[in-house]
Amino acid sequence: MNWNSAAEFFAMGGYGFYVWGSYLVALVCIVGEIALVKNRQRTSFKQLGLTRHPDGDV
Amino acid sequence: MNWFKYAAPSSFYFLAGKMIPIFAVLAAVSFAVGLYVGFFVAPTDHQQGEAYRIIFIHVPAAWLSMFLYLIMAFWAGIGWAFNTRLSSMMATAIAPTGAMFTFLALWSGALWGKPMWGAWWVWDARLTSELILLFLYIGFMSLQAAIDDPRRADKAGALLALVGAINVPIIYFSVKWWNTLHQGASVSLTKAPAMAATMLNGMLIMSLACWMYAIAVILMRVRAIILERERHTAWVGEIKK
Amino acid sequence: MLNWVIQRDLMLAMRRRSDVLTTLFFFVIVVSLFPLAVGPELNMLRQMAPGVVWVAALLASMLSLGRLFASDYQDGTLEQMLLTPYSLSLTVLAKALAHWLVSGLPLVLIAPLLGLQYDMSAEALGVLVVSLLLGTPVLSLVGAIGAALTLGLRGGGVLISLLVLPLYIPVLIFGAGAVEASAAGLGAAAHLSLLGACLLASLALAPWAAAAALRISME
Repeated sequence: MNWNSAAEFFAMGGYGFYVWGSYLVALVCIVGEIALVKNRQRTSFKQLGLTRHPDGDV
Repeated sequence: MNWFKYAAPSSFYFLAGKMIPIFAVLAAVSFAVGLYVGFFVAPTDHQQGEAYRIIFIHVPAAWLSMFLYLIMAFWAGIGWAFNTRLSSMMATAIAPTGAMFTFLALWSGALWGKPMWGAWWVWDARLTSELILLFLYIGFMSLQAAIDDPRRADKAGALLALVGAINVPIIYFSVKWWNTLHQGASVSLTKAPAMAATMLNGMLIMSLACWMYAIAVILMRVRAIILERERHTAWVGEIKK
Repeated sequence: MLNWVIQRDLMLAMRRRSDVLTTLFFFVIVVSLFPLAVGPELNMLRQMAPGVVWVAALLASMLSLGRLFASDYQDGTLEQMLLTPYSLSLTVLAKALAHWLVSGLPLVLIAPLLGLQYDMSAEALGVLVVSLLLGTPVLSLVGAIGAALTLGLRGGGVLISLLVLPLYIPVLIFGAGAVEASAAGLGAAAHLSLLGACLLASLALAPWAAAAALRISME
């Protein structure tokens, strides 16, 4: 284990802002991308008049 | 088994639908393992302290940004050469994900550079080439967005992507040269002298995680594109029932 | 055929002289803007000069790219060019050359005057002119690919810029770098030979790619 306490983990040896700044933005990008793609699919479904998901759909 | 039947959008749509959950699960698991190794197993770096841990997202993002561009150019080229719609749809599906990883590489690179080198942006040859790669992705997406006819958009995008792919080594070389002539000290954000085995493992696992994620999202997007472009076909009509 | 296309394009350009001159004036104005923005200190200007002149040349070249195929596309001549048995690549090469004669060469000729605004030495000016002479044709040739891809699209000039600027970057680096290298005493030979290589490569490959792009846009 590298960290003695949760506080140490979040501080990242003083570099917390940079490390978490990178990972949080990564998380936002990933979640955002998934949301955008799902939205695109939902729009297509609506335009096609589908009320239920076709098989094997995500 | 006849794999070529999956070149038809109608059969690929359902195949992709089955594959997405598999890749999504693999991605989630790899991210969990990779982040665990990156934060709890890999030791502190002597020179860079804890800041080096950005490497576990920066390097995989950079790798993916470059490989995805080549794969995008490949599928676009196949679609142009063999007139296969699905290949071109795949290229169009890859672009936004590639651009996202490029942005992430740049963002994490800047956040790594600030504590290490004192500036948010140093004109490091690799980061500068990443920036140009982002422009290439944006150019591809803008061109396709500006063309109404889907087949013209496919082929024009293919030409642009291929011209870009050929130019990437030239651009990288010229930027590297420009950088070494201008910079006094040699600044290399990715120089990691002796990388501990755990650090390398963490990076590899995170790369795997990003790949699994990318495949899952790209498959999702290509399914959305297939529905959009094939909406007038019979098989889509079948789904409606 | 090559000569005919060049002559025709030159004749058409002469009829619309204002188009040609606006590109030139844009170049002059942009170069003159920078000292106003950064201050008149000559040492700094001398250092900036190659970069500023080169970026201005890039932008001026790009502005005129839309004109390369647009008028022929609109009046149907381009379609005829696609239908002739003559090589489309050669036709594109001819048009790109004519474009350079009208939009690139004037920049090369006026650059020394602009270099004087930045207090560049005679030697630096010489290298600048040679680098522009080698580099501006590349801008026309590679720009032709962008112009062909965006034929008839809305968003016109800005879209071409977006597509073509990343491809221009090596030319910019070698061109401006040549002048800086010679100013630093390292000699411009390496940069200029690389520029020459870019020129040869684009002479060979760009017309072919632009012709392919034309066929895609005109289907």
